[in-house]
Amino acid sequence: MASVTFDQATRVYPGQERPAVDSLSLEVGDGEFMVFVGPSGCGKSTSLRMLAGLEDVNSGRILIGDRDVTDVQPKDRDIAMVFQNYALYPHMSVADNMGFALKIAGTPKAQIRERVEEAAKILDLTEYLDRKPKALSGGQRQRVAMGRAIVRQPQVFLMDEPLSNLDAKLRVQTRTQIASLQRRLGVTTVYVTHDQTEALTMGDRIAVLKDGLLQQVGTPREMYDTPANVFVAGFIGSPAMNLGTFSVADGKANLGDTHIPLTRTTIDAITEADKGEITLGFRPESLDVSSEGEEGAFGINVNLVEELGSDAFVYGQLSAREVAEHVTSGAGEAQLIARVDPRRPPMKGDKIWVKVRPGEAHVFSSATGERLPA
Amino acid sequence: MPQSLQITAAAPDPALLDLPWHVPLEEWPESHLAALPRGISRHVVRFVKLSGRVIAVKEIGESVAYREYALLRDLNRLDVPSVEPVGVITGRTSPDGEQLNSVLITKHLKFSLPYRALFSRYLAPDMATRLIDALAVLLVRLHLTGFYWGDVSLSNTLFRRDAGEFAAYLVDAETGDLHDTLTKGQREYDLEIARVNIIGELMDLAAGDLLVDDMDTVAVGEMIVQRYEELWNELTGAEEFGATERWRVADRIRRLNELGYDVGELQMTTDVDGTTVQIQPKVVDAGHHHRRLMRLTGLDAGENQARRLLNDMDTYQADTDQQGEDEEFVAHEWLADVFEPTVRAVPRDLRGKLEPAEVYHEVLEHRWFMAQNAGHDIPLRDALTSYVENVLRHRPDEEAILGLDTATLAAIEPD
Repeated sequence: MASVTFDQATRVYPGQERPAVDSLSLEVGDGEFMVFVGPSGCGKSTSLRMLAGLEDVNSGRILIGDRDVTDVQPKDRDIAMVFQNYALYPHMSVADNMGFALKIAGTPKAQIRERVEEAAKILDLTEYLDRKPKALSGGQRQRVAMGRAIVRQPQVFLMDEPLSNLDAKLRVQTRTQIASLQRRLGVTTVYVTHDQTEALTMGDRIAVLKDGLLQQVGTPREMYDTPANVFVAGFIGSPAMNLGTFSVADGKANLGDTHIPLTRTTIDAITEADKGEITLGFRPESLDVSSEGEEGAFGINVNLVEELGSDAFVYGQLSAREVAEHVTSGAGEAQLIARVDPRRPPMKGDKIWVKVRPGEAHVFSSATGERLPA
Repeated sequence: MPQSLQITAAAPDPALLDLPWHVPLEEWPESHLAALPRGISRHVVRFVKLSGRVIAVKEIGESVAYREYALLRDLNRLDVPSVEPVGVITGRTSPDGEQLNSVLITKHLKFSLPYRALFSRYLAPDMATRLIDALAVLLVRLHLTGFYWGDVSLSNTLFRRDAGEFAAYLVDAETGDLHDTLTKGQREYDLEIARVNIIGELMDLAAGDLLVDDMDTVAVGEMIVQRYEELWNELTGAEEFGATERWRVADRIRRLNELGYDVGELQMTTDVDGTTVQIQPKVVDAGHHHRRLMRLTGLDAGENQARRLLNDMDTYQADTDQQGEDEEFVAHEWLADVFEPTVRAVPRDLRGKLEPAEVYHEVLEHRWFMAQNAGHDIPLRDALTSYVENVLRHRPDEEAILGLDTATLAAIEPD
């Protein structure tokens, strides 16, 4: 096992000016589960393929452990792409299905059997080893496919959207399986997905990318609590964070009748380039129901209530019409989202008053989009 | 929210609406199926009857379905041998409101053979190497186009007979990606995947007792690497020679034509004092003979079949003393007087056995053997009669070999 290091790694596709991956510097710790996440075209798959050796690195380096693999052929990098091939061979036993790549590589028989048995134990397949794959359930077959990668004992596992071709139910199941398996094996893993929920639930740490640039790396909790910029704020979390442009005056962020107090540190960090404005964000779950006239309270016209049993979400607009379009969900919808008490949800057409819980507002520079200190 | 059924297709067939999309593919009634399902595959796949044709229906996730559909369309547009996509259907729900997976629909490739249908222990010992050759040709062609396959294997390929050889077609593009050009890493990794998968597939055939006993599966599977590299170097490699050996330019082009490639662009550079010349093909297009035959006769045949028919046409031109004649005229005459009467003479009930061009090739082969035995030339008509009665009649129907798995293979006649 080993760490993985991207050191200023850059990939520029021939004929393109902007790099697909721009000076990526990142270290994945030994045994860590790292998820690369971002919208399509952000460079997450390209980064993974650079690590796999499928994309050239135009500048910078990639290391596995202490070994510089920048110019090493894919098959000599000691990595395994999991799920790349999971067709099983009907005439071969489960054990042979798992171990055939070792046989091709000329590994001694006894050693193959040993590694296969070890992997089977982890995968709960021991009793099936001498059976044919036809006798296995769908989930067991998938574990055999994982077993193929495990018996090779690679330094790093790579997974590129491995769940994208599964249906929703199987996706959630397999997600949990992969995560717990990875923890048991302790093999350094880099996992690519466009789905932030997948990222939050699976990764030890998450790297968010956009336009080829690394936006932020951190634990799921860090990404959620202290997003480094407006993009990460809107991308991580479901439903997405509400974001709006507020003007700053009298130590407050102001929009229409809404006035939210700001700390001294935040105000001191605002520069001239911000032109007296900030981007203020608050998560749907950071709102408390309040009443008209209370400091910091603002009204919402309720368009829709989504009741989920454990939660209820209000979709609506700021009641101050002239500024309503200034605050929207970071998910790109034209609405603002608020979590409310599921036992006392408002009705469609109601007007409710809410306020941001103290310390739960996120403030970003309107000029750079970077987080400002609280 | 319940979605409505959505069909995305370039030329949607209204009959598609009559299929039971509200039922999971696994439970489709036999009446719709063109063959019973067998074997294990990572997705549910069924061959389905539709308007007198056969389509392959694969249940996969929506985004993956659209992606593969678009990729297959691109590959078809680029004229790469691959299955033809028909469409994607999304928004399927069962009567009780459960969402069903999307499906990707492709046309069944007529007269194509899955590799498992081509193996039995009685088979010609070089079957594996011929299939590997065909796959190497396909892989090189895909890589020249900028296509990274990601899951190269015999099972993701279909084979068509091509004048005694095989032509390979890509079936599964799920893991693929189309790039402007491939990096060396992508090509080598694809080749490594091919090597491991092919050996695995051969080992599986061996485990099922479907291979000649003494075959060294690893050594045979390794051949994909050698064949691929030979072909890749011939097609793309630079060559250097003295300025006086300029015949080598024409020679290189002739060699590429013989391999079935046209040269779209050849880069030629000389050193400063002009004593050595370096040439390197930059653009090569597969299908040299295929295109020539198509232009002359309108026949759509495999590359080797085309080469064979063109040779026969040349012979015809000589035999009928028309060397000075325009080749278009000769081709027209050959088609009307020789080729078409021959393939039309095959009894209707035997036409599902082989494609017309392959039948013609086999008749020519048969005539050659007959002539060898008899010690003199045999008229084509006599050869045809003998071929139909002694060979063709005893061959299995190959127009639509569907849903085969190895357990059923013993039933297939040896080649």
